[in-house]
Amino acid sequence: MDDLLREFLTETNESLDVVDNQLVKFEQDPNNAKILDNIFRLVHTIKGTCGFLGLPRLEALAHAAETLMGKFRDGMPVTGQAVTLILTTIDRLKDILGQLEANQAEPEGTDEDLIDLLHHMAEHGAEIPADEAPIAAAAPEEKPAAAASADTTSGSLVVQTLERALRPGEVSLDDLEKAFRETETEAAPAPKPVVATPAPAAAIAKPAPRKTAVEIEAVNESDKVANQSIRVNVDTLEHLMTMVSELVLTRNQLLEIGRRHEDSDFKVPLQRLSNVTAELQEGVMKTRMQPIGNAWQKLPRIVRDLAGELGKQIDLEMHGADTELDRQVLDLIKDPLTHMVRNSADHGLERPDERAKAGKPEQGTIRLSAYHEGGHIIICIADNGRGLNTERIKAKAVSNGLATESEIEKMTEAQIHKFIFAPGFSTAAAVTSVSGRGVGMDVVRTNIDQIGGTIDIKSVAGEGSSVTIKIPLTLAIVSALIVEAAGDRFAIPQLSVVELVRARANSEYRIERIKDTPVLRLRNKLLPLMHLKKLLRIDDGSSADPENGFIVVTQVGSQTFGIVVDGVFHTEEIVVKPMSTKLRHIGMFSGNTILGDGAVIMIVDPNGIAQALGTSVGSQHEINEENAAMRASSADQLTSMLVFRAGSMQPKAVPLALITRLEEIAANKIEQSNGRHMVQYRDQLMPLVQMDGVSVRSEGSQPILVFADDGRSMGLVVDEIIDIVEERLNIEVAGGSDGILGSAVVKGQATEVIDVGHFLPMAFADWFSRKEMRPSATAQSVLLVDDSAFFRNMLAPVLKAAGYRVSVAANANEGLGALRSGQRFDAVLTDIEMPDMNGFEFAETIRADQRLGGMPIIALSSLISPAAVERGRQAGFHDYVAKFDRPGLIAALKEQTAEVSRAA
Amino acid sequence: MSEKKHGVDGGVSEYVTAMIGGQLFGLPISRVQDVFMPERLTRVPLAPADVAGVLNLRGRIVTAVNMRARLGLPNEESDRPPMAVGVDLRGESYGLLIDSIGEVLKLSDDSREVNPVNLDPRMAKMAGGVHRLDGQLMVVLDVDRVLEIGAEAMAA
Repeated sequence: MDDLLREFLTETNESLDVVDNQLVKFEQDPNNAKILDNIFRLVHTIKGTCGFLGLPRLEALAHAAETLMGKFRDGMPVTGQAVTLILTTIDRLKDILGQLEANQAEPEGTDEDLIDLLHHMAEHGAEIPADEAPIAAAAPEEKPAAAASADTTSGSLVVQTLERALRPGEVSLDDLEKAFRETETEAAPAPKPVVATPAPAAAIAKPAPRKTAVEIEAVNESDKVANQSIRVNVDTLEHLMTMVSELVLTRNQLLEIGRRHEDSDFKVPLQRLSNVTAELQEGVMKTRMQPIGNAWQKLPRIVRDLAGELGKQIDLEMHGADTELDRQVLDLIKDPLTHMVRNSADHGLERPDERAKAGKPEQGTIRLSAYHEGGHIIICIADNGRGLNTERIKAKAVSNGLATESEIEKMTEAQIHKFIFAPGFSTAAAVTSVSGRGVGMDVVRTNIDQIGGTIDIKSVAGEGSSVTIKIPLTLAIVSALIVEAAGDRFAIPQLSVVELVRARANSEYRIERIKDTPVLRLRNKLLPLMHLKKLLRIDDGSSADPENGFIVVTQVGSQTFGIVVDGVFHTEEIVVKPMSTKLRHIGMFSGNTILGDGAVIMIVDPNGIAQALGTSVGSQHEINEENAAMRASSADQLTSMLVFRAGSMQPKAVPLALITRLEEIAANKIEQSNGRHMVQYRDQLMPLVQMDGVSVRSEGSQPILVFADDGRSMGLVVDEIIDIVEERLNIEVAGGSDGILGSAVVKGQATEVIDVGHFLPMAFADWFSRKEMRPSATAQSVLLVDDSAFFRNMLAPVLKAAGYRVSVAANANEGLGALRSGQRFDAVLTDIEMPDMNGFEFAETIRADQRLGGMPIIALSSLISPAAVERGRQAGFHDYVAKFDRPGLIAALKEQTAEVSRAA
Repeated sequence: MSEKKHGVDGGVSEYVTAMIGGQLFGLPISRVQDVFMPERLTRVPLAPADVAGVLNLRGRIVTAVNMRARLGLPNEESDRPPMAVGVDLRGESYGLLIDSIGEVLKLSDDSREVNPVNLDPRMAKMAGGVHRLDGQLMVVLDVDRVLEIGAEAMAA
């Protein structure tokens, strides 16, 4: 292809993208003369170049568009129709350019249809007949006849076609003729630069463009900047980058040698070389940098078109378009970004009527922002639409087999939302049409993964959702943590490293095991661990101490896990080199690199490790966390227990799931109020409750266990927090004193399991009366149904202490599911106040079920009024027990289950 | 160079000879980039057994191939291969680990014989014929087949 032509194509395509953008802006802000000037100049340039290269079709089209825009500059009102028409013209230009690129010649055909429309609009402005607008907007090329006949100029005017198209500055015969005819009424000056006389029409339209000297200067300024830049072939830059990478490596090697020779003469020049190399590296990197706005250019047009198609009002805000990032990265995120913006427009935002109904402004907003954050770029795509439809995602996740229903029930919304990134999740039309989102989000994620980035989604139902992407600035040189495993060194990209933890036996951080799975308790969260050497199957058996090690806490997307390594050295800027094709199939590595000392080491791919960990592990562990309650209630499962000392030397324990958090509060922060100890905690006054024999410290710091439910907190004052253990909670000896459920063996030591229920009313007398509680028990096996995880967790140990096997359900439906699953229960304990189906309805449903008809049901409620009891009796409750009356509950349970066994 | 021409189609090939596990092999000289001492070999976890590791050769990352394992020869732990023959394939560098390097031989193509049918199948796959020399046989190595590591692993 002709060099000149190629150059022209590149330049023109770029210009057209800019025009697209500018026009959308212009439509929103028709008074902005500067934008109009920009567009005008761009189209003018295209026209000029086309004439020079002998491309008549393009030239004619560009000329017509320029004429119309010239009118706008002269003050003709800008209508949506006009913009649509020009956009259509630009699409046609692009189309022709595309064919030109493919065939190196302008395609056959005529653009009279569009040119006529353009001329017509230029002549008559917004008076264009209404029925013509849709033609222009929809498919003008298909209706050239209609468009031509719509020309209101009639009479002797014959369409006169020139052998060649008009050159810039030339005026078609038709135009001339029209000009003669209409000279008296309307001046139709050929487009002239800058100081055109406002046409009379300006009076009724917008104020004439105010072109000040300053603006002109600004334009000139930018022209100058453009002239100062040169085009460089991308390959040249890539090569330059490779060479700089080599230089960096050599520099690193020299520095390494320099380190070994303490008083070397090389020191000073080496330092100088090092600095120069760093600067050179930076400089070359800069040449690869492009503003992210380049990837956004097409978006305003896409959003505008989508808005039209969908009948929505969409405002696209873009912030930080000049944030720069590596060209390679930019190319890779272009499509995902477009995809996500489309998603937001299509599925995220509601139609104006829906928005109005929801009390939101009719115009929806999509906000795109980009900014730097410590070597990474954060890109955020947010909309204020309806948010993700959690229910649909749940249903889809279950039907896709990504999780079971019971697992899903235990997940937080955020966890559920993450399913949209699961492979193949989007394929079903049901999700896309109803909940929106999910269309190809797995593809988006894959793209982001590829460049070592992470993606996360947040969504609030009814308020919108936002996707956050974190990507490295560049792919070629990354900062990496150098670690050791089984004697070999590996690099872990710093991007995914969250923190480093030194684990040691008997310290705060200790590697624990659940069966054979190593875990770390970090700030009260369970972190799954992977030994790097085991993962890579290079375990040499050395440093067999399983409780020690360095843990690189790593985050990939929403998954956090720890990579256990033998040693951690330092961080180093490494030049990523691709793996040999023979080794590329190893998913654990993303590449290799040469270190300063000349050794080759592998770059660990955190994504690969996350996959090895099993995609489900991340969420599973969280499920486990949340369902420690479940585990607590089931006899042969492990329960996390917090072991502490309070009042006596004998250790005490409480199921960890009941505790909201552990705090150390400075003793001087503890205040006295109304004879009770209080502390200001998270802007609230939190009462402190002391166990027998515990006194509140007057100096130093006071450890407390915080229990919270429904926005209220209380602190239980203890002497010392000892440990967190995973144990089977088997209460062997029932407790004799208040506040003690009984004793259990925890880590080989008799430990008192405390009854949190005893202490809660000491903080708030009405703690239990705020919520209804519903337990249901059958002889030895009891089903406990309560929507409050707190009460489930609290009652399960109580019931267990009384010798029952306990199953729990978080709502009536789940309870019914359990009852109908064929599992045998001897009684049902149920809360009354529950969402969806309350305790009364639940009881009635059970009564109505023939197979379950005889099941004893006990209501747990703080509402003990004769009326409520009567209502309970009618619903079919066998007994009605106050929530805080634990002896009463046990007694009722005994009575009911005894009756059943008698009946049986 | 090619002073010795035998017959009509008889060309002369030059081979770099190398000992691997007690057997003499010849590599076509046109494929050999260089011969070097492999230093600081980094093993690659999870890699095919034939890949001994990777190393840095003048700023390039070279994949070292364990020729003994590749040819199905016994792996003697004690004598670590002290030499490597550098070859290129599609822009990537490989180092074939050998026990010792020998002289460069000019051999007539006519004297090359086809692989004996009972040759170890692993070796046969990579052998492009055999030359009878004084007192010993030299197996001609087909470098492209030697480097078909990934393909086999995938087929397996």
